[in-house]
Amino acid sequence: MRSFLYFLTALAVIGLAAWAYRENHLTQQAMNERRALEREVASLSNAITIQRTEWAYLNRPDRLRELVDVNFARLRLVPMTADHFGEIGQVAYPLPVLRSDYSTAVEVFGDLQSTPPARQEDTP
Amino acid sequence: MMRTPLRPLARVLKARETGENPDYIEQENRRLRLENMRDAARNQAEGRLLTLALLFLCGFVLLGARMGLLAATAPLEMSVGLSEDISSARADILDREGRVLATNLPTHALYAETRRMVDPVRAARELARIFPDIDADRMAARFTDPQRRFIWIRAQLSPEQQQAVHDIGEPGLLFGPRDMRVYPNGRIAAHVLGGARYGQQGVRAAELLGVAGTELYFDSRLRDPDMVKEPLHLSLDLTVQATVTEVLEGGMRMLNAKGASAVLMDVYTGEVISLVSLPDFDPNQRPAPPTEGEPADSPLFNRAVQGYYELGSVMKSFAVAQGLDSGAVTPDTMIDTRGPLTWGRFRINDFRNYGPELSVRDVMVRSSNIGTARIMQAIGVEAQQDFLRKFGFLDPAQIELAEAARSRPLLPDRWSDLSVMTISYGHGMSTSPLALAAGYASLVNGGRKITPTLQRQDNVQAGAQIISAQTSQQMRLMLHQVVQQGTASFARIAGYPVGGKTGSADKPGPRGGYMKDAVLATFASVFPSHDPRYVLIVTLDEGADTTGPEPRRTAGWTAVPVSAEITRRIAPLLDMRPIRLEAANAAFDAALHSSVGH
Repeated sequence: MRSFLYFLTALAVIGLAAWAYRENHLTQQAMNERRALEREVASLSNAITIQRTEWAYLNRPDRLRELVDVNFARLRLVPMTADHFGEIGQVAYPLPVLRSDYSTAVEVFGDLQSTPPARQEDTP
Repeated sequence: MMRTPLRPLARVLKARETGENPDYIEQENRRLRLENMRDAARNQAEGRLLTLALLFLCGFVLLGARMGLLAATAPLEMSVGLSEDISSARADILDREGRVLATNLPTHALYAETRRMVDPVRAARELARIFPDIDADRMAARFTDPQRRFIWIRAQLSPEQQQAVHDIGEPGLLFGPRDMRVYPNGRIAAHVLGGARYGQQGVRAAELLGVAGTELYFDSRLRDPDMVKEPLHLSLDLTVQATVTEVLEGGMRMLNAKGASAVLMDVYTGEVISLVSLPDFDPNQRPAPPTEGEPADSPLFNRAVQGYYELGSVMKSFAVAQGLDSGAVTPDTMIDTRGPLTWGRFRINDFRNYGPELSVRDVMVRSSNIGTARIMQAIGVEAQQDFLRKFGFLDPAQIELAEAARSRPLLPDRWSDLSVMTISYGHGMSTSPLALAAGYASLVNGGRKITPTLQRQDNVQAGAQIISAQTSQQMRLMLHQVVQQGTASFARIAGYPVGGKTGSADKPGPRGGYMKDAVLATFASVFPSHDPRYVLIVTLDEGADTTGPEPRRTAGWTAVPVSAEITRRIAPLLDMRPIRLEAANAAFDAALHSSVGH
């Protein structure tokens, strides 16, 4: 009986040693992974910094103003002034939807050319 | 302990006499002895068990504490440069909406370890090809110098340059990671940001130190490792700042001014929304401080904060406010304005003759020097000093800029009765545009003291009440009338009622006295005038409107139109709906009636 107990204890010690060995390696592996992840996080946050800086640089007011000047013919952007504010009363009611039995886009396009009077009748 | 014999003779003899079996005695003694031994053994075992249990307890407590500690500490992110004593970390600076004003960009420095170099002469030649300012022969001489083992070549490299240097293939040319301070918006807000430079340099990192402006003022906070991830939010609005810079620059060019400055401040929170000083510079390549000439003409000089000038008539508002607040006058009190007003050898004149008398309101609207001098004459030296001190005009401006503490207002050596009169119309005492902005904010915000700040605020400043709310309301109306009827007619803009006061001060000459053709024009304005939210100070240094037959230098022709254009452009950007002039006038009438009713 006693020798059996000794045997069991020895077995338990061996088992625990094997477990500790495995655990040790798992820990080291986890630490390696952590280091790799940290490196990745650092490089990604570096990339974010660079992109944020680039975004800020591309959106600097001087450049935006130049872009507005260059594209004035197309966009007609002008500085915002008091005239650009509207009253709520200036907002038009939505026009009633034009009822139509047209089936295809081509037909709609062709027929719209001749419909303006009909459309005006529809609006209140 | 004495060992008891198993068969003590005395007891055995006694037992024999009484006819008892003496063996019992032996057995009893043996039993007692064994019991003693058992007790001792148990005590020992118990002690050992206790010790062991304590040891285990200690172990578990230790482990538990360590685990708790690990669980409680915040996870730390590894970042380049943090591993060494020298840290290049520096927090970002953002504007009030979170747009980047200053940030760090990872880059590389180039250095050489001469002992590891294979072909130093060729390396020097190739380097000179990449960097035009490197002299190949001198670099080769440095590389081959046996005394040198380590040479810094470049503090910063662009990625292209780094690749080109890498392509040389010289093992002795090495790259060290660096952080570079970048101001993506270039010259915009240059004076507020200041600039940065490298401090201690190591191979793996280099310190970034602030040189001026907020970068220097907040240097320790920006470099604090615990707060590096937290960006610093300034009160500036990038869009507004850019617009003010653009308009002010245009105005300065058109009016041929030497310099200009603008301060836009929230009258309730004291936040500086925009602070511009022209000429300016690019903080990415901060110029060296000037070694000759007037330091105040250098682009590095912040006219809005460091520039203390005699600002002229804009200071009349404070004289009038003091008159009203002390109860000495009301807006309708008539003031004798017959000129010139002589005081000893000194004569005070008006720009033109305004007749024998004017009401206090008209003294403001027409800007009469004699009128304000007369109002203040009755109030005296000490009251004036107290009043101006309450507004913060006698002390250096409080703002989060490193330069602010270095300059202070110029005050009269002996504050005489004459000083009282000249200071009432803005001569004899110097004020910075920033201090003026804070003063006007207090004048119109209901009378509360405002300390200017460059940090974003969430709450209204609860400053001390320095003038009564009624005086503040009267000042709003007078400033409104100056624009509607007086010297600042160009400030009437569609959509936004503006109130303000002009000031055209002859600049002091280099050898005393005042220069004839050099005027510092200032316009202090508040908008919307009936319920002011912002104060805008615009100054133009030696500007002149030359469109007429003779140059016009007064503020009404120079600073006012520029200021009006700025207001027209920025008011919509500040989310302000247009207000009709009639609505503003009605608000003034309503305020007047409610105060009369009290």
